[in-house]
Amino acid sequence: MQTQTINLIINTRPYEVAVDVRASLLDLLRELGFTSVKQGCGVGECGACTVLVDGVAVDSCLYLALWADGKKIRTVEGECADGKLSPVQEAYVEEGAVQCGFCTPGLVMATTAFLEKHGGRDFSREELKKAHAGNLCRCTGYQTIINAVEKVVKK
Amino acid sequence: MFPIEKYHRATEIEDAVQALAADPAARVIAGGTDVLVRLHGGNRDYGVLVDINGLDELKEIRMEEDGAIMIGALATCTEIIEHPIITGNLPMLAQSLATIGGPQIRNTATMGGNICNGAVSADSACAALVYEFDLVIQGVQGERVESIHGFHTGPGRTILGQGDLLTFFRIRPENYQGIGASYTKYAMRGAMDIATIGCGAAVRMDNTTIQELKLAFTVAAPTPIRCPQAEQVVRGRELNDETLALLAETVAEDVQPRTSWRAEKEFRLHIIRTLAKRVTRAAADTLGGNN
Repeated sequence: MQTQTINLIINTRPYEVAVDVRASLLDLLRELGFTSVKQGCGVGECGACTVLVDGVAVDSCLYLALWADGKKIRTVEGECADGKLSPVQEAYVEEGAVQCGFCTPGLVMATTAFLEKHGGRDFSREELKKAHAGNLCRCTGYQTIINAVEKVVKK
Repeated sequence: MFPIEKYHRATEIEDAVQALAADPAARVIAGGTDVLVRLHGGNRDYGVLVDINGLDELKEIRMEEDGAIMIGALATCTEIIEHPIITGNLPMLAQSLATIGGPQIRNTATMGGNICNGAVSADSACAALVYEFDLVIQGVQGERVESIHGFHTGPGRTILGQGDLLTFFRIRPENYQGIGASYTKYAMRGAMDIATIGCGAAVRMDNTTIQELKLAFTVAAPTPIRCPQAEQVVRGRELNDETLALLAETVAEDVQPRTSWRAEKEFRLHIIRTLAKRVTRAAADTLGGNN
């Protein structure tokens, strides 16, 4: 099968990789060791594979790896700088918004994208829920997650 | 790995058309939120792909000098929802697209795909029908413009032939100026769900009198539809409970809902009647005033 060489930045580091045209961005990222990116449903319903592509949250399971050519990809591995958690991660910890943790990297990235796009504005809880409707969590019941989002959006 | 057998990345519109024309099995991949889901499920009908993601000109959203709004087939739902030309002139389109999937899906899914995959439940279809979208299609014989009316020919089917590529949606000013419009998606869940019934309405009012109603439904027939009989019966009538009751009664003649695992035919008809009233009222309410 065809492979294609692509150039991309993952978190801070540039990569040049030959990708199979059949591969998803999820496949590629996990192969490169970014295992925070989880495959849950594989069909864009659970959001466990959420990463940022040029700042936009996408389901990496429904995104061809070669589409990442020339893009900047962010995963949760890059959110923690100099041993310090990002404000979003911090809020998730403080609010106890993590149980089994499988959905957490995707949710943290979804919140990060939301915050960077809309931060500083006032949002109702309902709007925050809507903004996270693309991520499923089977443990928490979502309340602590929305608490964390609320907290970090208000900061 | 997706079971992709043949992959071609189009470099320009003409190149995409040629690639689509050359292989009867070739399908377009745009946002990928339908095609990749089907491939993930092992559907072999999607093994030959023509990728149009390199065609940046198809991402454009603009207004022509004559007021016509052009929306590129590759514009994502999010790009359309947030674009000032859309929020300012086609608010009901933004409202409709906001009901699709969740944020991540809307960030990659395109309206071109939503219309061209022929889904009976397509959330942009009611907007396309009431704003009377024109579809600019590039084919082997050149460019042509087709109306959204008649574009869908059955579940998953459209008039697009081999080698046809939708490039732009065009919405003429007479079809969006001076109207109030609204959309409601009835689904079991508030997000990440497929419509049980979708209803869109656009009205032109003369004070409290309905000058013109355009009423559209998804999942109410084998294709997204308009409701000519219901639209006709309320023309020139006062917008009041009596007229809305008449609308709800007549709309049954325009639709052919069916039973599926999502909902029974009778329940669907009940939703159709209820939404016909509610969404028509909501469409008029967007005009303000006391109608």
